[in-house]
Amino acid sequence: MGVIVAMHAPDGFLDPSVAVVTAILSLAILGDCLSKCSGELQDHQIPLAGVSAAFIFSAQMFNFPVAAGTTGHLLGGALAAVLLGPYLGSLVVAIVVVVQAFLFADGGISALGYNLLNMAIVPAFGGWAMFVLARKVLPANRSGVVVAAGLASAASVVAASVAFSIEWLFGASAPVPFDTVFSAMVGVHALIGIGEGVVSAMVVAGVLASRPDLVAGASDLELSQLENPAPIGLRAFVLGGVLLAAVLGAVVSQFAFDDPDGLERVAIDNGFMDSAANHWFGGSLFADYATRGIGNERLSLAVAGLAGAALALVVAYGMFAAARWPRLQRGSV
Amino acid sequence: MSGHHGALTRGASIHGLYQPGHSRVHLLNPTAKMLGLVVFVTLVAVTPRTAVAALSANAVVVALVMVVSKLPARMVLGRLAAVVPFVAFGLLLPFIGTGTRVHVGAISLSVDGLWASWNIVAKAVIGAGAAIAVTSTTAITDLLSGLERLKVPAVLVAIAAFMVRYVDLVVGELARMRIAMVSRGHDPRWLWQIRPIAASLASVFVRTYERGERIHLAMLSRGYDGSLPVTRDVEPLRTSELCVGLLPAAIAFAGLAIVLWP
Repeated sequence: MGVIVAMHAPDGFLDPSVAVVTAILSLAILGDCLSKCSGELQDHQIPLAGVSAAFIFSAQMFNFPVAAGTTGHLLGGALAAVLLGPYLGSLVVAIVVVVQAFLFADGGISALGYNLLNMAIVPAFGGWAMFVLARKVLPANRSGVVVAAGLASAASVVAASVAFSIEWLFGASAPVPFDTVFSAMVGVHALIGIGEGVVSAMVVAGVLASRPDLVAGASDLELSQLENPAPIGLRAFVLGGVLLAAVLGAVVSQFAFDDPDGLERVAIDNGFMDSAANHWFGGSLFADYATRGIGNERLSLAVAGLAGAALALVVAYGMFAAARWPRLQRGSV
Repeated sequence: MSGHHGALTRGASIHGLYQPGHSRVHLLNPTAKMLGLVVFVTLVAVTPRTAVAALSANAVVVALVMVVSKLPARMVLGRLAAVVPFVAFGLLLPFIGTGTRVHVGAISLSVDGLWASWNIVAKAVIGAGAAIAVTSTTAITDLLSGLERLKVPAVLVAIAAFMVRYVDLVVGELARMRIAMVSRGHDPRWLWQIRPIAASLASVFVRTYERGERIHLAMLSRGYDGSLPVTRDVEPLRTSELCVGLLPAAIAFAGLAIVLWP
């Protein structure tokens, strides 16, 4: 899966200068997180943070189906932020990333700077920002929290892929242009984000059903507001859908716009254009693209719009189902 | 990641990583080993890709450490699988890379892409190999105390220690739930069939958190005052041990110095 390109990058995958800068940045941010939650960490939070790290680690090993037998797994950065708060959440995921690098050789030790940034800090804080934003528009009840958690998790994966692309812009270790990497990474991760969003929303719904006090992102709500299994309101559904469509639309249209450029550039640079492979591209797609640029742009816009709407529908359905999910009996599966 | 069972039922265990032994590498001070690992891997990462001889020498150093440690080749190769996706990406680069191209038979390859491919594959394998060599020859508790001696904040090491202690339990719990679901005919193939899996994740999170609460209460009743007692005596780091631990890093540094010397 393309997801692994952004995650758990090995030693020497990006330029040493990027490794140094991201390492300093990650250490500074995690140090700040540590001082922010040192008060609670002094006492009972250490065992709890430890077992939460064990949970995130295990969740990353737990495959779920995506389509037709292919599987993916949870990344968990935004989920950790929603369950534990952004500071403790990013610390816990950072510990998971460090343990994976040292014990499992999963991700390089000299690559920890950008791996921590992409897998722990950006998903936790980006996801938390999205969560807070979505909570403002969504109603203050269980459904609002669940949908916001789903949106945040979906956005966090895309944000991580954007972060990786920007790092690639400054420290590419291979002659692959930024816009190719950007469109491929962000495009793939927009799809991966759907799975992440749906699973995270359902996990938050399940935790809210049995132990609502364990969800840091819902700590501002009264228990009565959370226990009320009110079906998701029309307003929440429409607002959530519009918000999601806007986010996904922006991403997908970016993907659709950039892709021909990136592909075309690669094709020209690679000499496809004047090689025997000319028939393959030249006959229709790029010839049309060159001569009828505007028409094609509209076409790609339409395709992007359709794809965006379809994606939004799938995610909206998943979250709708998650939000209406009846109360989970604790311990039963 | 094929099939529905994934890593969970393959018996992946964090405590199975350590391969007990009595080699010189096993007996070396854990702090020296970890410091040596971090410095070595950093030097490998900054070695220019054109320094083929230096990178090859580093690979030989890692292989030698593995031979001295008597690590089973099967285990090493199995654990190196973690870098396979990046090796695959690296091998793709000569085809999609830009810039000057060379022709090998009918295939046109990017010169920069070939160098990038070598760079990624070599450094990923050397870096992962070095980490495998150290974690296979050092007990996890020693690794954690090594992290603490390398000035990682004690709170973070304590959290990592709890994580390491309980991760097999949580993984086992998820695996048992998965087996129970499969035995009841659970066979999801599409994302919208995901609800039972998310349910088990939510349930395991609540159980795990409540376990953490119980652990904390048990610790309090045994006199926990906020700091973890040292469970093993950490041997002081002797200069001779430090020198042995830094030996691979010294070789990597020598290679780098020869390359960069004008």
